[in-house]
Amino acid sequence: MTMSDFFTRNIWLIVLLPAIGAVLLHFFGRRIGEPLAGWIASVMIGLSFLVGLVAALPLFQGTAEAHVVRVFDWIPALGATAELLWDPLSALMVLVVAGVGTLIHIYGIGYMHGDERFTRFFVYLNLFATSMLTLVLANNFAVLFVGWELVGLCSYLLISFWYTRPSAAAAGKKAFIVNRIGDFGFLIGLMIIFSTFGTLSYTTVLSDPGKLLGAGTATAVGLLLLVGATGKSAQLPLYVWLPDAMEGPTPVSALIHAATMVTAGVFMIARTSAIYALSDTASIVVATIGALTAFYAATIAMAQTDIKRVLAYSTISQLGYMFLGVGSAAYVAGVFHLMTHAFFKALLFLGAGAVIHGMSDEQNMLKMGGLWSKMKTTGVTMAVATLAISGIPPFAGFWSKDEILSSTFGRGGWWVALWAIGLVTAGLTAFYMTRWFVLTFLGEPRWDDGVHPHEAPKVMTVPLMVLAALATVGGLINTPFKAGLEHFLEPSFTHLTSAPTGATVWLLAAVSVAVALVGIVAAWRLYTRSDGAEEAWTSSIPLLWRRMGHAYYMDDVYGTLLVAPGKLLAAWWAFVFDKNVIDGIVNGTGTAVRRIGAALRPLQSGFVRSYALTIAAGVVGLVIWFLATGGL
Amino acid sequence: MTVTAGWYMTLAAVLFGIGALGILMRRNAVVMFMCIELMLNAVNLTFIAAGQELRDLTGQLAVFFVLVVAAAEVVVGLAIIVAVFRNRKTASVDELNELKG
Repeated sequence: MTMSDFFTRNIWLIVLLPAIGAVLLHFFGRRIGEPLAGWIASVMIGLSFLVGLVAALPLFQGTAEAHVVRVFDWIPALGATAELLWDPLSALMVLVVAGVGTLIHIYGIGYMHGDERFTRFFVYLNLFATSMLTLVLANNFAVLFVGWELVGLCSYLLISFWYTRPSAAAAGKKAFIVNRIGDFGFLIGLMIIFSTFGTLSYTTVLSDPGKLLGAGTATAVGLLLLVGATGKSAQLPLYVWLPDAMEGPTPVSALIHAATMVTAGVFMIARTSAIYALSDTASIVVATIGALTAFYAATIAMAQTDIKRVLAYSTISQLGYMFLGVGSAAYVAGVFHLMTHAFFKALLFLGAGAVIHGMSDEQNMLKMGGLWSKMKTTGVTMAVATLAISGIPPFAGFWSKDEILSSTFGRGGWWVALWAIGLVTAGLTAFYMTRWFVLTFLGEPRWDDGVHPHEAPKVMTVPLMVLAALATVGGLINTPFKAGLEHFLEPSFTHLTSAPTGATVWLLAAVSVAVALVGIVAAWRLYTRSDGAEEAWTSSIPLLWRRMGHAYYMDDVYGTLLVAPGKLLAAWWAFVFDKNVIDGIVNGTGTAVRRIGAALRPLQSGFVRSYALTIAAGVVGLVIWFLATGGL
Repeated sequence: MTVTAGWYMTLAAVLFGIGALGILMRRNAVVMFMCIELMLNAVNLTFIAAGQELRDLTGQLAVFFVLVVAAAEVVVGLAIIVAVFRNRKTASVDELNELKG
């Protein structure tokens, strides 16, 4: 048996390794101490990546088929076996999650240097990796749900890692609660699946769902699963937690809120493609939500001044692209963009972290500028990332984004409108990313006094360079010349939309590159000149710009429409219903017992002989009763 | 005149009645205990008589159980009475009414 065979049959090792790391560091972290704990965590997730890589080799070579690994029987009544699925899609996800995860773990060693809860941070990171790997490897909706909830928990723990800051604690709660709202829909969807199929195993549910699932039910299930996905992947209308999640340490933003956890929704829709294939309505809703979110979040990102908030809204926007992709049944394109986005967005966040680190915790871009000469490595890698996300060939983002757009266009009709939204968004993306880059790295320094920017240590810059390399060449695995990923992932999906071919695809690519260039040039001209062109531009649309800067005041709208009534309702239950009705029942029971007791007390005379007399009278009474009725 | 089971039953009933009346009318805890013993033994007598009449050893078996339980009960009961007497200088149950509601 070769090593590949062994790992393919024991893929639970991938989940187990980081779990061991988390448990080990939880109990012995304090004794292990600062740098070593981080290295142990990194080695664990790194080993997980290597196991995944070796196990994936037969899949890459085409010498092995997808297969299911049963780990143990979990809840037989629910048809819930702890079983893992090793197919091209899960293999790719494992490599992305564990690979990018490893780099971010290593980076975290440098970033969290000196934090008093250093080891705790790596416990959470390893636990998160375990959860996410469970999620992507599941062959069962129940197992998927376990991973799904655990990543929610980890994101809560990590966002509010610096919980002594009230805003961080609030952001953690917000993320958790908004995710719970999405999970509510997700759970109902799972219940419908269970009541229809009698099991939650993918093997039964996804092999041929059309046999048992009617068109109406398929639409309902698709939409309910989408509710869960919008919560986890921060799409309209449940995106509000992601920008606040920037309160967490930057490696967390990179790992959870850019590269892995938020992609869970996209992954889940891709995984359940067989169900979405049954319902055009659900697919169109997915794509429409994706396109609208992409556009909406991109406009907000244009006017942000916080270096991480731009990236947060950009993440939401890029996730919108992925939804557009999987909604158009271009699953490969969606997952492809998931992968390239993991590369360049993790890179951007880590770069932002390096900048914040070097600027002594300054996050306001208006107080940066001119960092290019001080932070050469970070600057160059960020330039690569900016070009990648803007969709300039040959960087990774171009190939994946373009495949999504051309697949959408290829379906015609309503989808062309979605393509147009996506195209405009591509221009906006190029604009806000160029603005981000220029404000941070170019122009005159606008630093506060006493700030002395410096390059980050090696342990942080090396992951940046690796990710920059991936963001440069990562897109080449799936190009119109050689659709390697398409070929690799094909067995995992049913009913794939094929992208247009021939001249159309080149025309579309040329159009989107042109739009991206327009965005870049516009931002470049506005923000590199110091003649007030930028003020002229923002003051020409003052109201809109202010609204974009405040994310259209959507938090206030949610606060007024949902949170305030929710609090009122809670107050009513707590101070009216609970106080009067619930307390009334409890106190009433007590009072009643006390009154009955007071009434019956005189019977207890304390004279033993009167008790004896009562017993004797009872016996006599019973005897008379037996004699009169003739027996019992 | 043969002595039938009925005689034994009657004797047992009389003994039981004496015991019961004693419980109801006497105040001294020790005497009340003796009355309880009397009632238990009246019951034992019915078991024996019935066992003899029905040619069944189960009656005697039951008596052994009653004897064992009665012995245990006497031990506990007398200990309580002695303890109470030491504290209160009385064994009259009418004066022991602390548990009045």
